[in-house]
Amino acid sequence: MGYSLDFGWLAGAAGAIARGAAMTLLLIVVTTLAGTFLSILGAAGRRNGPKPLKLAIGWYVEVMRNTPFLVQLFFIFFGLPSLGIRLDPILAAMLAMTLNMAAYTIEIVGAGLDAVPRGQTEAALALGLRPRQVFIKIVLPQALKVIYPALTSQIVIMMLESAVVSQIAVRELTYEADMLQARTFRAFETYLVVTVVYLGLSMGLRRLLVSGGRRALGAGVS
Amino acid sequence: MIEFTLWDILRNLLLAARWTVLLSLAAFVGGALVGLVVLFLRISTNKWIKRIASGYIALFQGTPLLMQLFLMFFGLPMLGLRIEPWTAATLGLTFFASAYLAEIWRSGVDALPRGQWDAGASLGLHYLQELRLIILPQAFAITRAPTVGFLVQLIKSTALTSIIGFEELVRTSNAINNATFEPFTVYGLVALIFFVMCFPLTQYARRLERVSAH
Repeated sequence: MGYSLDFGWLAGAAGAIARGAAMTLLLIVVTTLAGTFLSILGAAGRRNGPKPLKLAIGWYVEVMRNTPFLVQLFFIFFGLPSLGIRLDPILAAMLAMTLNMAAYTIEIVGAGLDAVPRGQTEAALALGLRPRQVFIKIVLPQALKVIYPALTSQIVIMMLESAVVSQIAVRELTYEADMLQARTFRAFETYLVVTVVYLGLSMGLRRLLVSGGRRALGAGVS
Repeated sequence: MIEFTLWDILRNLLLAARWTVLLSLAAFVGGALVGLVVLFLRISTNKWIKRIASGYIALFQGTPLLMQLFLMFFGLPMLGLRIEPWTAATLGLTFFASAYLAEIWRSGVDALPRGQWDAGASLGLHYLQELRLIILPQAFAITRAPTVGFLVQLIKSTALTSIIGFEELVRTSNAINNATFEPFTVYGLVALIFFVMCFPLTQYARRLERVSAH
């Protein structure tokens, strides 16, 4: 076979790869913050809300967990404009990622809330805290501590899944790879390099979350 | 201009869904076979073999499936293999599934008490007999719920093969959407078809989980 690998293009492509990686990181940061916030609301609503809300959240979780992220993304980006909701690609990607992640983290956060002993709430109420204070100051921090490892895994999974948003022309890492290989005709090498970058990102992100979590929550995170 | 009725759209999507089902099954069976080999390496007593298997699993779990598919699609032709979307999709998903299944089953093997191995040894079984008769049946039994859960993930993952040109449900829906300009209906129906395939399995996995919790 006359084929040999060629990485000569790499020097000129480092900038594009770095820009793409930065966009991927931006997407996952926004998704993590918005998704976690949404899932706290969702998990609390599923436990304490009125019955229709509980049902709605339950179905939301089932629908999102049983359909592919790519289809959800296409539905939001291509389908919603026919309802008059037109989003630019980055916003659509952030929305799709947030909604997808929330479906998984609602269950995770919910499990954390269930793991906090009932006595904690009763003690806090007895001390005269209002219900909302009890939730935010007593129950939630303990729940987050319990679920932090599961949350970390979910964030890394979502980061890897975000490669798909290149399909609606968001200029993240995979999109830059598509552009590069079209220019260099070195498809295999390009995707190999970008795969290694993804591997580095996922390992780095995990390490960062674990050490950050240990500092902020004092959690027994592994 | 040709008019497309809702039934036209749905019928074409359902025909395409056959390929999604077939690809899911092929990747699950292939992934189980390769995954079994990876599992054997992963629980080996040799430190280096174990490390190689761990690296294999970490590689597939730490990179996007889309990249794995691209590397398969563009890499195999360089080895002189003529490759088409169907082969790249099946092979890519097979290796992807093997890593996840090996890791799931490994957790099952690890969960078994040490005494199971000792008891097998004391009965005079050698290593492979112990695995076949004692360890693996129990490991598979306690990991049935996550295995079914992974099948759901695999079915959803087949959507990505549309990007490397495999003509399954999502790729067909893109073509139908380009012809009908009804993305809301088309992608809504695609989501519905995936839901109908995945939801019963999710419920089954949940029931298995509940049973094994008792």
